[in-house]
Amino acid sequence: MKVKVISRSTDEFTRERSQDLQRVFRNFDPNLRSQEKAVEYVRALNAAKLDKIFARPFIGAMDGHIDAVSCMAKNPSHLKGIFSGSMDGDIRLWDLASRRTVCQFPGHQGSVRGLTVSTDGRVLVSCGTDSTVRLWNVPVSSIMESDDSFDNSAKPLAVYVWKNAFWAVDHQWDGDLFATAGAQVDIWDHNRSQPVSSFEWGKDTAISIRFNPGEPNILATSASDRSITIYDLRLSSPARKIIMRTKTNSIVWNPMEPMNFTAANEDCNCYSYDARKLDEARCVHKDHVSAVMDIDYSPTGREFVSGSYDRTVRIFQYNGGHSREVYHTKRMQRVFCVKFSCDASYVISGSDDTNLRLWKAKASEQLGVLLPRERKKHEYLEAVKNRYKHLPEVKRIVRHRHLPKAIYKAASLRRIMSEAERKKEERRRAHSAPGSIPKESLRKRRIIEEVE
Amino acid sequence: MGVKIANDALINPVPAVEKGISEEEDMNVMKYMRGEAANLEVLQDKKLKGQLAVREDLYGKSAKAAAKAEKWLMPSEGGYLEAEGIERTWNIKQEAIAREVDILGSRNQYDIILPDLGPYSLDFTPSGRYVTVAGRKGHMAILDMKNMNLIKEFQVRETVRDVVFLHNEMFFAAAQKKYTYIYDRNGTELHCLKEHGSVLKLQFLNKHFLLASINKFGQLHYQDVTTGEMIGNFRTGLGRSDVMQVNPINSVVAVGHSGGAVSMWKPTSSAPLVKMFCHHGPVTALAFHSNGHLMATAGMERKIKLWDLRKFEVLRDLSGSQNYSRYMSHSIAKGYQIQKLAFRPYEDVLGIGHSMGWSSILIPGSREANFDSWVANPFETSKQRKEREVHSLLDKLPPETIMLNPTKIGSVKPTRKKERPAKQEIRGRIGSKVAKKKKEAVEKAKKPFLEQAAKGDGLSKKKRKNMEEESHLPGSLQRFARKRRAN
Repeated sequence: MKVKVISRSTDEFTRERSQDLQRVFRNFDPNLRSQEKAVEYVRALNAAKLDKIFARPFIGAMDGHIDAVSCMAKNPSHLKGIFSGSMDGDIRLWDLASRRTVCQFPGHQGSVRGLTVSTDGRVLVSCGTDSTVRLWNVPVSSIMESDDSFDNSAKPLAVYVWKNAFWAVDHQWDGDLFATAGAQVDIWDHNRSQPVSSFEWGKDTAISIRFNPGEPNILATSASDRSITIYDLRLSSPARKIIMRTKTNSIVWNPMEPMNFTAANEDCNCYSYDARKLDEARCVHKDHVSAVMDIDYSPTGREFVSGSYDRTVRIFQYNGGHSREVYHTKRMQRVFCVKFSCDASYVISGSDDTNLRLWKAKASEQLGVLLPRERKKHEYLEAVKNRYKHLPEVKRIVRHRHLPKAIYKAASLRRIMSEAERKKEERRRAHSAPGSIPKESLRKRRIIEEVE
Repeated sequence: MGVKIANDALINPVPAVEKGISEEEDMNVMKYMRGEAANLEVLQDKKLKGQLAVREDLYGKSAKAAAKAEKWLMPSEGGYLEAEGIERTWNIKQEAIAREVDILGSRNQYDIILPDLGPYSLDFTPSGRYVTVAGRKGHMAILDMKNMNLIKEFQVRETVRDVVFLHNEMFFAAAQKKYTYIYDRNGTELHCLKEHGSVLKLQFLNKHFLLASINKFGQLHYQDVTTGEMIGNFRTGLGRSDVMQVNPINSVVAVGHSGGAVSMWKPTSSAPLVKMFCHHGPVTALAFHSNGHLMATAGMERKIKLWDLRKFEVLRDLSGSQNYSRYMSHSIAKGYQIQKLAFRPYEDVLGIGHSMGWSSILIPGSREANFDSWVANPFETSKQRKEREVHSLLDKLPPETIMLNPTKIGSVKPTRKKERPAKQEIRGRIGSKVAKKKKEAVEKAKKPFLEQAAKGDGLSKKKRKNMEEESHLPGSLQRFARKRRAN
């Protein structure tokens, strides 16, 4: 007879000294854990609810401007500094950590329309409706750290006066050039008082301009004739152009996939395009209920933030048709400019109510340093939530967002209108000769023509 | 010959021993795979297919990792009993086992003689560390089995029919003469559950925090012990029963009845999920395998049956890979009346509650040897217990999650779409109305000729006329036609 029974001595299974950690034994046998799926589902549900409870995205407002904030620029070499320009000609440098003004740049007569910082982070370029381009020295970070910087105002490095008002400015990612948009597109050098070269295609004003992050010589502009134009600095004439049904307010390139750009349109939608293939949008991002004023990509390239005239800021996936997140407060008015912070964890919006607002990019994210166990727990809950996101209860909680009444009503009205339009077209198609009214997708429908 | 051996070696370079190991590992991987992989070939959506393929790959990897880690993670080896030569396992006596096993093992073999206070019932905590015993005549006690400490002992001076631990050793419920009571481990009465009536059998559903009870009138009650809410109150309609057991895999409660039926219940429906006829005569006992697929029932007609719960069939094949025959036997003194049998979790121990106290015997290989500290820890400290209580309350399952197949949660409901007829077909059907009418008209026109051909000229003219007349009348009036003619 051979016999053995389970026998556990307490010494082997408990700690020796009270300072030791408790001993942990694992057995991954599925039979020990009954109803695993039900337990995971309950955890997913609880995680979704907790996310809702902890969703407090608003961090703080930065006030100081005495007119609407019209433009912002982030400093690529300094994480917590952001520049903002307002309609009264005031430019300020903010410290995001302490949320106060560090430095002011007085000088513009009319409104400041464009701000940009050179890639090395030394020179700030501003332009405005007073037909001047001003170059400023960005204060070194030691000034930013010091506390006694109340009337810390800087003098411009250079002031270049030109023929027309400017609407936007952007600096080359890798080089010394910057471009302004106005009656025509001008390319400037830091050290020249006159543009190095100028481009023109049609007679209308260009209202936004962005250099390509991958190829330093390519830039995209949008103009008030509803066009989006792509220029190549190495050619003497513009490269390509599309005309849409409504005006594009702002353009931004995807920093991780530099052939793609997203355009913020007047018709409440954002359109993602592939610059090589402009006859059709790659994705239409719907959800705003009024004109989208500004747009900015996260440095990860996976999502972007857009600010709209409907007083909301929304965050979209780069390939998502609807927004992941919507931010609003009672006091925030028309949003004119938005920026993603350089570490992809914050969003800054500037609005008509003269304030800059700082938001978290993930509404329920825990700020501060996470312990490894805490982080693992968050990751586990995220995975479980992702696994059960299709179940109705979890989906309802995860998707729900409270909206101001006006926006909720406007959204439902828009839905009704688009539905009616779709039905009408369907009927029209049903009652006309087959093939006479071709079906056109939304990704193509808003484009009038493509010009080479 | 030598050449042939070399060839064999070339063909089978893996030594037999290693092959055996890999096969064993494959078996282990299957254990952790939790079912078959999904068939992705039928999917149309390429994106979804890719995502699911990645997911399946991950599952496979994690199962493999778990199987590999088994070797190092699991310190204890399971018990076994092997007969040698002509001896049979069921002939081996407890004394013989006690001589063979180590001192820690033999310590688990004892008899507690308490002759006065009637047959005892007992219940273990899920970790197997604590036991509560209750004599029929009102003697209750909690013991710590690790060091055989008596934690509390008290008398209620009332009939106690059953006793069960709640989620940990701090609380237990006792079914007494009139009502069910909840006590804490100091013997303080915390609650009196009057709604349950005079309960015969109690069970606690660990993950759901539900106390299930069946009373004298065959009523099944489910009460949430965290909120006190009565979740379900069902009449089984099959009479008095004191046989009740929870299936450990899906938390479905099975009740054995005096008519020989076993019914399975969930707290959200008033009708049983399953009602199966198991024995000719009353069902006296019920038990489930830890994987939830097997149920054993015992009947008054001296039969034990094993049921496959996936097919709800008697498992007839006793000579298969798993040989279900007698394993061990244990005789206790004549006149002892056995009230309750319970295996102690994570130990090779069977507790027997009987009329002379309770005894504990060794059944080698009866339980899982390796515990998981996060599931049930026999060496739990009070701090760990408090933490686990909070976690288990956070993961408390709603009663709706009790169902026969618990893996159904989160899976896709198969579409029961009726095959919609194609447009062509519908149009064809509409058109057939006209066609039908046409066909009828043709048949009508042909009818006299056909009839004539069928009947021939054998019938007389009068009779044929009669028949014609009859056929003109509707079916329901034909019996009157003949009558009237007769009149």
